[in-house]
Amino acid sequence: MEVKKEELLHLANLARLKLQDNEIEKYLLNLQDILNYANLINKVDVEGLKETIGERDSYNVFRKDEIDKFDNIEGMIKNFPEEQDSMIRVPKVVQ
Amino acid sequence: MDITELTVHELQEKLKSKELTITDINKAYIDRINEKEKDVQAFITLTTDEALETSKNIEESVNKGEIKGELAGIPIGIKDNICINGVKTTCASKMLENFIAPYNATVIEKINDENMICLGKTNMDEFAMGSSTENSYFKKTKNPWDLSRVPGGSSGGSAAAVASNMVPWALGSDTGGSIRQPAGCCGIVGLKPTYGLISRYGLIAYASSLDQIGTFTKDVEDTAILLNIIAGHDDKDTTSAVQEKKDYTKALKNDVKGLKIAVPKEFFGDGINKEVKESIEKAIEKYKELGATVEEVSLDIADYSLATYYIIACAEASSNLGRFDGIRYGYRSSKFNNLRDIYINSRSEGFGDEVKRRIILGTYVLSSGYYDAYYKKAQQVRTLVKNRFDEIFENHDIILTPTAPTTAFKIGEKSDNPLEMYLSDICTVSVNIAGLPGLSMPCDVNSEGMPVGMQLIGKRFDEETILNAAYTYEQATKFREKYKPTFKK
Amino acid sequence: MSIEEYETVIGLEVHAELSTKTKIFCKCPTKFGAEPNTQVCPICMAMPGTLPVLNEKVVEYAVKAGITINCEIERDSKNDRKNYFYPDLPKAYQISQYDKPLCKNGNIEITVDEEKKKIGITRIHIEEDAGKLNHDDFGGGSLVDLNRAGVPLIEIVSEPDMRSSKEVDAYLKKLKAILEYIEVSDCKMQEGSFRADVNVSIRKKGQTEFGTRTEMKNMNSFRSIVRAIEYERLRQIDVLENGGKIEQETLRWDDVSGRTFSMRDKEDAQDYRYFPDPDLVAIKLSEEYIENIKNNLPELPESRKQRYLEDYKLTVKEADGLTASKYLSNLFEEATKISNNPKAVCNWIMSDISRILNERELEPSDIKFSGEDLAELIDLIEKGTISSAIAKKVLEKMFDEAKKPEDIIKENGWIQISDEGAIKEVVLKILEANPQSVADYKAGKEKALGFLVGQAMKETKGQANPQMLNQMFKDELK
Repeated sequence: MEVKKEELLHLANLARLKLQDNEIEKYLLNLQDILNYANLINKVDVEGLKETIGERDSYNVFRKDEIDKFDNIEGMIKNFPEEQDSMIRVPKVVQ
Repeated sequence: MDITELTVHELQEKLKSKELTITDINKAYIDRINEKEKDVQAFITLTTDEALETSKNIEESVNKGEIKGELAGIPIGIKDNICINGVKTTCASKMLENFIAPYNATVIEKINDENMICLGKTNMDEFAMGSSTENSYFKKTKNPWDLSRVPGGSSGGSAAAVASNMVPWALGSDTGGSIRQPAGCCGIVGLKPTYGLISRYGLIAYASSLDQIGTFTKDVEDTAILLNIIAGHDDKDTTSAVQEKKDYTKALKNDVKGLKIAVPKEFFGDGINKEVKESIEKAIEKYKELGATVEEVSLDIADYSLATYYIIACAEASSNLGRFDGIRYGYRSSKFNNLRDIYINSRSEGFGDEVKRRIILGTYVLSSGYYDAYYKKAQQVRTLVKNRFDEIFENHDIILTPTAPTTAFKIGEKSDNPLEMYLSDICTVSVNIAGLPGLSMPCDVNSEGMPVGMQLIGKRFDEETILNAAYTYEQATKFREKYKPTFKK
Repeated sequence: MSIEEYETVIGLEVHAELSTKTKIFCKCPTKFGAEPNTQVCPICMAMPGTLPVLNEKVVEYAVKAGITINCEIERDSKNDRKNYFYPDLPKAYQISQYDKPLCKNGNIEITVDEEKKKIGITRIHIEEDAGKLNHDDFGGGSLVDLNRAGVPLIEIVSEPDMRSSKEVDAYLKKLKAILEYIEVSDCKMQEGSFRADVNVSIRKKGQTEFGTRTEMKNMNSFRSIVRAIEYERLRQIDVLENGGKIEQETLRWDDVSGRTFSMRDKEDAQDYRYFPDPDLVAIKLSEEYIENIKNNLPELPESRKQRYLEDYKLTVKEADGLTASKYLSNLFEEATKISNNPKAVCNWIMSDISRILNERELEPSDIKFSGEDLAELIDLIEKGTISSAIAKKVLEKMFDEAKKPEDIIKENGWIQISDEGAIKEVVLKILEANPQSVADYKAGKEKALGFLVGQAMKETKGQANPQMLNQMFKDELK
């Protein structure tokens, strides 16, 4: 499958990344290369095979509904790039 | 006696016999770091200042009999994608340059319970994406055997730190070969345990269904000792397995008589360097001498395992790395007028090239219209890979392959071509795809004096068999006694 | 063409916060109204390296809801990631369910204008709530509070089976009542724990394909939803009638101006890139698990309604009204355990209590007094201790403070005057002051008596026994 420039830009936007003009060509080339290689899997016959999600057969791993309060909230707040009244400050969100 | 030459089990003996104290050991390692780190550049953050203080306290407590623990005071290096409360945890990214983890990873809790001492956070490829540690935002780690070469990656800092005796052992993580390949490049023992044996809680995720924490040690006995500490179910990680607690040191029998080894011919194809092949063939002969039976088998999965790996790993990464958005922690660009700018500029400025490339690839394979052709298909191929391994394990105990197609390459040699770099993982990724345990150990050096890694792959949760196979080979060949890193410039 | 030729098609996605003690994937409490970022931990703050662990109650509650609204319960289910960037979404993905929801293909029966109708339920799935954005009035920015991030939700998706705002209203009330009865959600609308995304489209009557729909997100009042549907329906008709085309988009309903607005951020073509969450294992439900939940369901509104009709001889309308809310129905049950006048209990709940709730914009769950208090109040009227007029005042007070009716009456000196001498004094005073009314009454105008009694009540601030007053006026005027 050929990746087009618009498609690359759309993907970058979905991923909230901006590519510089001089990077676009390089990324297109890399992406195309890797996808061509990845297409190897389309030569494999997987008829009837289930999908492995994680590497395990376990299921129903649950937690009891019991409170345990975290004791280092301060340590998290210290990491906020901009803090105000223990909240994270961001530019105005238009809702 | 050079303390830093010793393995951990040797250090333990010297502590027991009072020949050494905990402070002696830590001082020796800190001196060694002061001597070698400038050349090797294995660490992003050193915690040596606190370590000396801590080692004195631990020594006192041990002397008073307040704490026991066979490993109290033993130093360790930790890959910088494993969270330690109150310590910078950067993933070698500008994105997390100033991030201070507010909690401990489960493996760190276990290390702390043993009163081990962390000497520093080791360098890596940014977010564990790479095979050379050249993708670190901070520095390029050098291979102690030849400083013009890479140490492998992504856990290159941990591998180089152990190989250059700056720590006796270290933790790393392996998503597609990130422990085994650098262990191979640096001539030490690296184990990626079975997926689920070790809690991932606190390991900053690259690809959740493939990531696994593992060990770097000087010898196999140390691997078993460290594995004893870090293995085990964790309620905080639902993908961690409920397994009976084992003593892996008991598996080291120094005997492989009757062991059935499978050697898949596809792992010795054109892409594999001739000298590497020859070294592995010698190792195979050694195993035969030791009484193992070796059989050539067909395991035609290497190529599409790698393809599958890049699809699944990048897909998961594209989602896992969404949280690095400049909002709650990490790098926030100063250039913004609105919310959108914060996202785009923080991520574009905070992530390196390879990370962006993989995020975009991952976004592609998950996006509507391509999901079935790539992601869904890759998950099916994954089942196929698992099945193929299972078939081989019906009649064999372990699988033996080279760890990587080549020995450590020159710094800068492959950094322009991502696909070529990806091929460094061709021998290791299928093991992650199938969730199996894989161990790399040095088996030889090539004509340039660079170590060659041999990979032993086991059945799920059967670390014991590969540990014993590795131990037996190690006892018979004594690689460490013959070869040492030269720090050649 | 006229409005009557169009039919409105409405489908709803209701989000109900589950009333678990802890969040869906971590051990943080879910209590509403805590100080910002005090109910958070590395997991719900999406600190790097953290992993989710699913709360077993979330699965149980979702299955409970599924069984109650006649869904098929999926034996094999899983969690998926829905990827998008927003400051209230810490991981940049929401853990939800994509192609294998826990419950599907159910229905809820509603009654509108005495006609019964089944509304199809497409699916119920579990997911996590997002945080909250507070606006900073001074700095012009937004402030992110993540206390709500990770609070468990069920999303109940209906088929586009509703044809009027009336049906929507009935559906939402029924759904809310059910979730309250089975105690999986407290459904407090002002707190946002019961909210709906409303999808509206129109088509010509008789047409089988659907029109293009618009969506109004996060609506949390019945009144607004009804108004918004009415507005949007007419807007769409207007667009079509003027030769325009409906655009599929997300709209924002503005309650103040009473109209919908297009939400601007359209530069993003959304693509959520759902995929199975590799951090969580699959969910497999056994027959035994499902049976066990089925056998332990509490009594549902339908069954209570039948009981009220038979045991208390209430009318259908009364029984419907009481059972529409678990809290009102519980109040009724508690009160009738003590009071032997179920009709009176029902009347008080349906008239005065409902009126006060309305006036004060409260929900039945906010009622502070118990059924026992209500029974006592009714008993005091029957014993003649207070008049109905005073009782209404007492009731108002009971909404304000947690006090027994008797104490309220004593504190305010509201005990009814039933002393004959005292009443006679008042009667004579009123007669003297109103000669005209006396003349009118004597001339045969019965109404004048009412006026006189009213004046006497006023004089005694409502505390005189009205029966005694009536009788005494009659006697005096003979």
